[in-house]
Amino acid sequence: MSVLEIKGLTVQVTTEDGPKEILRGVDLTVKAGEIHALMGPNGSGKSTLAYAIAGHPKYTITGGQVTLDGQDVLEMSVDERARAGLFLAMQYPVEVPGVSISNFLRTSITAIRGEAPNLRHWIKELKESMAGLQIDPQFAERNVNEGFSGGERKRTEILQMELIHPKIAVLDETDSGLDVDALRVVSEGINRVCDKGETGVLLITHFTRILKYVKPDFVHVFYDGRIVREGGPELADDIEANGYAQFVTA
Amino acid sequence: MAEVKEHEVAIVPPKDHTPVIRSLDPTEFPTPTSRDEEFRFTPMSRLRNLQEGNVAATGSMAIAVNKVAGSTFEVAADKSGDRIGFTDKIAAGAWSQIESVSKLTIEANQNLTESVVVSIVGSDAVAYGQLDINVEKFASAVVIVDHIGAATYAGNIDINVADGGSVTVVSLQDWDTSALHLAQHRITLGRDASVKHVSVTLGGEVVRILPSVHYSAPGGQAELIGLYFAGAGQHAEHRLFVDHSEANCRSNVVYKGALDGEGAHTVWVGDVLIRANAVGTDTYEINRNLVLSGGGRADSVPNLEIETGEIVGAGHASTTGRFDDEQLFYLQSRGINEDEARRLVLRGFFEDLLGQIGVPEINERVRDSIEARLGGQI
Ligand SMILES: Nc1ncnc2c1ncn2[C@@H]1O[C@H](COP(=O)(O)OP(=O)(O)OP(=O)(O)O)[C@@H](O)[C@H]1O
Ligand SMILES: [Mg+2]
Repeated sequence: MSVLEIKGLTVQVTTEDGPKEILRGVDLTVKAGEIHALMGPNGSGKSTLAYAIAGHPKYTITGGQVTLDGQDVLEMSVDERARAGLFLAMQYPVEVPGVSISNFLRTSITAIRGEAPNLRHWIKELKESMAGLQIDPQFAERNVNEGFSGGERKRTEILQMELIHPKIAVLDETDSGLDVDALRVVSEGINRVCDKGETGVLLITHFTRILKYVKPDFVHVFYDGRIVREGGPELADDIEANGYAQFVTA
Repeated sequence: MAEVKEHEVAIVPPKDHTPVIRSLDPTEFPTPTSRDEEFRFTPMSRLRNLQEGNVAATGSMAIAVNKVAGSTFEVAADKSGDRIGFTDKIAAGAWSQIESVSKLTIEANQNLTESVVVSIVGSDAVAYGQLDINVEKFASAVVIVDHIGAATYAGNIDINVADGGSVTVVSLQDWDTSALHLAQHRITLGRDASVKHVSVTLGGEVVRILPSVHYSAPGGQAELIGLYFAGAGQHAEHRLFVDHSEANCRSNVVYKGALDGEGAHTVWVGDVLIRANAVGTDTYEINRNLVLSGGGRADSVPNLEIETGEIVGAGHASTTGRFDDEQLFYLQSRGINEDEARRLVLRGFFEDLLGQIGVPEINERVRDSIEARLGGQI
């Protein structure tokens, strides 16, 4: 059973006015099979946490530790983290010119599994996953995210998660920009991965609507660079009804 | 892609496109400088004085051609015969220095099933050359002109396609990184003749190729394809001129280039002229550049001049994209290491072009050569 442990994590970014502290000591443990929802106002540092876990070079770790099954994640390069079992579905997935989805996925899967997949199995696997997420098969030949709508990008992120089958997946606002049907399709995709019980999910969101489909075991309230409250699913309803202000004064 | 620039079709007032000087004699040209429009992007100080048109040869290129039924190859010591003048001192200088002309002929009505490969190998000397490719009536062939080795080389290629003939000419510039290569590739198309001219520039310190297309009768078709890669310190320049002087001719230009490293410089200039009598012309040109890393610079200048409105179509586009840190992070976050990420992007960028070139035997060679040069230093 995989465990991601974050302890006392502090993170800075470099701004024009010098370094700015964004994460102020984050403690969080996510185990395989668990679904954690992370909710917090704009600018509170949720994406920063996601990027710091994935190893984005823009963020400087100033303190604390992150381990995956006891291994020091912060020592690893970005691609090593992915191969170790971490996955980040990005809030704003980037376009990659000249690289088709099918080529990208095959290269990624080959890197993560350590060997090229059997071609026939792979094509079948890809087709099935795409069908499950209601992605037009023609997308396989389109360049990664190039000209994709917001919703198409998010589906493609979950397609990657499903194929990669990570130990720990951080989903940064995967629900934003999805229409009601897409939300259901994407949620089902997430649940298919979770139901195998081998993946822990940290779901960053602003809305409880996705939590109707993807049922969290834990809800964390994020405010000003740290977790200020933890609870069960009922905490999400409390946030939706009463906002974040209640946790600030507390 | 980040930083995308699209040019729209511009109809500009006609101007006289006949070069001021056309000659086989270099002394008739002034020495070009970077103030001349044609040389504004060219690093004149790195041309090893070939722009003077009088640098003596210190050696020669080794030329070898495979025997393919339906074709003949000879090295003719005779320079007489009709030949239109060149348009600059470098090309005329090359002509004045050579003592023989390499002549490849594809015989009338022959449809060659095997590619003719003309290999031109440099041995680190100053050398000049003239290759004529004559495609006789209703003949068809694929010709690969393979430039390798180290050289300071000015060598022109004249391609004549007679009525109903059809040829693919692939000029591979797969030089060592020290090479200097300056060339005019002049294509003349007869009635209903067609050419696919492909320039693949991967190696060389400075490579400057000037493909031009002249239609001598209606119905000609030209496809001009270019694939170039400039590593650190490399200059790869292609300057095209398509002269639509006849009715009902087509031209299609696709050039794609990638840059990797400090001081990598690519130039693409696409001049297309549709003269007043060239009714029924159909032309399109596109140039795409991808900056993979560092301080590379891609100059891209499409230029379409239209003197008649009675055409089928005319357009051009130019984009320059940058492979940036966010793209790299994205690929790495999917387990792909940095080198592999760059290779993936580069390979993808060129893959459709290899398909359009349609000469599968060069594909692996081109892919391998690019990948070997990726991240390299001159
Ligand atoms: N390069 C940077 N320079 C300055 N400030 C930055 C930089 N990167 C992030 N920040 C700031 O860090 C804070 C946290 O940003 P982050 O993107 O993590 O927030 P978030 O919780 O994901 O917000 P949202 O809900 O809007 O996605 C913000 O105030 C943001 O402006
Ligand atoms: Mg965010």
